[in-house]
Amino acid sequence: MKVSLFISCFNDMLFPQTGRAVVSVLERLGHEVAFPLEQTCCGQMHNNSGYGPEATALMRRFADVFADAETIVCPSSSCVVTVRVAYPRLAAATGDQQLIARIADLGARTFEFAEFLVKKLGIEDVGAYYPHRVTYHSTCNSLRGLGLGDAATRLLSHVRGLDFVELPRADECCGFGGTFAIKNADTSIAMLTDKLAAIRGTQAEICTAVDNSCLMHIAGGLSRERSGRRTLHLAEILASVEGGVAA
Amino acid sequence: MSVDSPGIIVERAFPAAARDALRDSQLRRNIGKATNTIRAKRKAVVAEMPDWQDLRDAGYAIKRDTLRHLDRHLLALEASVTAAGGTVHWARDGEEANRMVGDILAGHQAKEVLKIKSLTTDEIGLNGALSARGIEPIETDLAEVIVQKGHDRSSHILVPAIHRNRAEIREIFKRELPDTEHLTDEPRDLADAARRYLRQKFLTVPYAISGANFAVAETGSVAIFESEGNGRMCLTLPRVLISIMGIEKVIPRWADMSAFLQLLPRSSTAERMNPYNSVWSGTRAGEGPEEFHLVLLDNGRSDVLADEPARDTLNCIRCSACLNICPVYERTGGRAYGSTYPGPIGAILTPQMNAPPSPADSLPFASSLCGACYEVCPVKIDIPRILVHLRGKVVAARGAKTALDGEALVMAAMARVFENPRLYALAHKAAAIGQVPFIRDGAIKSLPGPLAGWTAMRDLTPIAKQSFREWWKARDR
Repeated sequence: MKVSLFISCFNDMLFPQTGRAVVSVLERLGHEVAFPLEQTCCGQMHNNSGYGPEATALMRRFADVFADAETIVCPSSSCVVTVRVAYPRLAAATGDQQLIARIADLGARTFEFAEFLVKKLGIEDVGAYYPHRVTYHSTCNSLRGLGLGDAATRLLSHVRGLDFVELPRADECCGFGGTFAIKNADTSIAMLTDKLAAIRGTQAEICTAVDNSCLMHIAGGLSRERSGRRTLHLAEILASVEGGVAA
Repeated sequence: MSVDSPGIIVERAFPAAARDALRDSQLRRNIGKATNTIRAKRKAVVAEMPDWQDLRDAGYAIKRDTLRHLDRHLLALEASVTAAGGTVHWARDGEEANRMVGDILAGHQAKEVLKIKSLTTDEIGLNGALSARGIEPIETDLAEVIVQKGHDRSSHILVPAIHRNRAEIREIFKRELPDTEHLTDEPRDLADAARRYLRQKFLTVPYAISGANFAVAETGSVAIFESEGNGRMCLTLPRVLISIMGIEKVIPRWADMSAFLQLLPRSSTAERMNPYNSVWSGTRAGEGPEEFHLVLLDNGRSDVLADEPARDTLNCIRCSACLNICPVYERTGGRAYGSTYPGPIGAILTPQMNAPPSPADSLPFASSLCGACYEVCPVKIDIPRILVHLRGKVVAARGAKTALDGEALVMAAMARVFENPRLYALAHKAAAIGQVPFIRDGAIKSLPGPLAGWTAMRDLTPIAKQSFREWWKARDR
């Protein structure tokens, strides 16, 4: 299948290794990956912060850039939720019937990476090898926005050598929430503190998830703790094979 | 915040109020323990219902259809209450409602009045208004007694004294209630002290005020669901009963009650049914109050109704499931929200009841948009969606006021950058260079300005030297 990768501005600049891992897994599975270079940002931050007109402009741009894409895959559930849930509302507010139809079609073609593998392709074993103790934080957007269910943990269950340990209260927000982490820093940190304690309790070396934004927040706290524990995007675990990361 | 003023006037912005609350370890422990307990219980009793999602749909449908023809249903309610021997009063705002209630009581030369726990009366500051006219309101719900006698404000919709532990309650009772010299902090002993105090009031005060969980347009019936039975005492013993309800509390038909009788108790107290469900229709000779008044309160609700993306706010049946599930509420407690209505529902309802600019404008931002509140809401209020809508209104109002708003400038600049891939690539380069002075051991540990909040307790991931698109281009060659 020909897959168009939407990397997200956040991953592009801060976590390019996640993008390389996605390419590696998709190519290993025999898919052809395209990367439209005109892409930038879906507008999530603008939309969530109350900047609707700016978000609408970025939505139009996104729809143009991916107009010819058959399937769009993105390793960030919050960006996919923006495309699938926020875009139709932004489009509806314009009253432009043609745009509304284009956006509905766009949402139906856009998938989060783990969702794409498990729900669209029906693949749970991607042939990965990762001999570490791993716990999984189900990010709010993947859990409630996408309804990802157990897709990510199914993928993890087929990774050879991986010792999976469930995270207590995994479904509770880590406290990131985009600009919330800055505007309400004290509350955000209080939420993070409890999340870190839960991760510590699992004795896992790695906390994984399908959103680098939440993981960056968690990693920022883990790094201050100097516990040696760290975070890693699910795609990077799935890209790992015997002898190291393929990407 | 004055305990006598209307409960929806927010005096401090959320981040500052939350900072104080977060410092109070006792408060955090009390609230964390209480919310986690009720959350687990709610989950268990909801899981017993195989048709829970259908019930939510039914509750939502009834609310949506009612609100669409609210005018008609309210007129029908007025007609049936009047036919049943009651009197209906229409109040535009809290001040008007308070005056109406005060006038009715003053007409009877009332000096004291019993009160059933009611958020609506707290919203309009009824207690303060009555006290000012020399009429003493007497709360009868145990938790409200603790709040009232503690000269305090409620911190939870359903459990107003959730922030108090039993040692604190003992101190309040010893100070305020008669015959409490030997009071211990055993729950039974505390309840007995409150009961002795309340019994005396029930048997001597012939006036009572209630809120309403629902009112049925078809029959003119008003309903109160409660746990302690104090409400029932107030509804049956007094001669004069005044009920105050927000106009959104009307439901068209008697049959509509069945969905809410299932949704409300399981969502709020995690009970299969409330111990006391009281319904009264007007007056009846020789039974219950001789005089019944129903005050229909708008107080900004019509404006909420007119704002289509926010309209579902009025679906709320005040169950508090959203408070109990909310990770922000769990850490900060209710008083950080500065209003009768705390938690996620308060974060959308309160700002709609305060004219901007107001500290209440900070409330739509007091959420990580995690969506847990929407998931548990028995009447399917998409709270995150409404939060985002209200954020848009705050931003638009601010933008019109000042062109030199730091955040607005940053957002506009970023939108321009994202509009243009060349600018975007340049911005990446600039940021990768600009961050260099802040990087220590591969992480950013301290940042100036508005980003300092991030690095107070968290490291920040530096921007990658090679972006993904640069890697892709190099690989493509």
